Amino acid sequence: MGSGPRAVAHGMQNMDALRALLAERADGDVVAWADHAEVMRRFGLDCPSAEEAILSAGFLPARYRRNRQTISTELQLRLHRSTVAVVGCGGLGGYVIEELARLGIGRLVAIDPDAFEEHNLNRQLLSSPAAIGQSKAQAAERRVADINPGIVVRPVEVAFSPETAADSFGGVDVVVDAADSVPIRLQLADACSQLKIPLVHGAIAGWYGQVCTVMPGDETLRHLYGRGSEPKGVEVVLGNPSFTPAVVASFEAAEVCKILLEQGCLLRNQILVIDLLHMEVDHIRF
Amino acid sequence: MEITVRLYLTFRTGRFRVETRECPAGATAAGVARDLEIRDADIGMVLVNDRQAELEQQLLPGDTLSLFPVVGGG
Repeated sequence: MGSGPRAVAHGMQNMDALRALLAERADGDVVAWADHAEVMRRFGLDCPSAEEAILSAGFLPARYRRNRQTISTELQLRLHRSTVAVVGCGGLGGYVIEELARLGIGRLVAIDPDAFEEHNLNRQLLSSPAAIGQSKAQAAERRVADINPGIVVRPVEVAFSPETAADSFGGVDVVVDAADSVPIRLQLADACSQLKIPLVHGAIAGWYGQVCTVMPGDETLRHLYGRGSEPKGVEVVLGNPSFTPAVVASFEAAEVCKILLEQGCLLRNQILVIDLLHMEVDHIRF
Repeated sequence: MEITVRLYLTFRTGRFRVETRECPAGATAAGVARDLEIRDADIGMVLVNDRQAELEQQLLPGDTLSLFPVVGGG
């Protein structure tokens, strides 16, 4: 169609027709899934484009009704127009992806080179006995398609590396650390700093976890991982029960939301250190 | 000299959360960790008076040393 005056006029006509349709069918300003599907059919749009159109017209897809009043329709549109990369689709990543998809982040980049193994089943939300041997990144794409088809997922089945960062993170607004190694995390922090993208860090071990937000130029992960001489931490001894990644991932998802909406207080130049065994949270401020 | 040591997460097991201790003048963070039988390689973050520090940093009387283990799972 292009972007000349005729295309713009056509687009405006379509928007008027869309608004008329939604005004006729919406419950107040809330659009039910059946009507979202009608928008797709009538205007020849895929689901994500229909979601964009509905939000742009000032209406709210009913699935997000319970995001109110925390997130306005205007801010829901901002989330829909955002892109978040999640590095790792395992323990942390599975929960992060689930929560960001339900939140309404419009584009997710799901990065993980691995396939599911049996020992993932105790905690990895995307795993199941049937999924053993299957790609974690592709599982993320399938899960999101299942729970929120208005979201576009780009699965990347190549491990994060400094060489692939620029390509993987092109157009990305926030990167989420759901990795499982210290060296990868330090490389990730450097890459995000160079690319000027905020990074939400999370890590887990046994009953314990930590989370913070790293803005470009911040040295927080260097503080956390000191000499970075060991590839792994106490998780080698403690393992990872189901609830710890869920807790830390939820903190990460909340940080992502606040970064995108420019609201609230970020864990920047701070670390939240979580001890689920003793039910203690230490908020370390630098 | 007297310093305060704060231990976090797994470092607390079999030790303490916070304790005021005597240590020799000129002691380093590494030396205190060694006395507590905390392995160098297990230490992630080191704070002295809530500021990031290196293990080799010499401590002063009244300092608070915080030691965190490496948490790297995901």
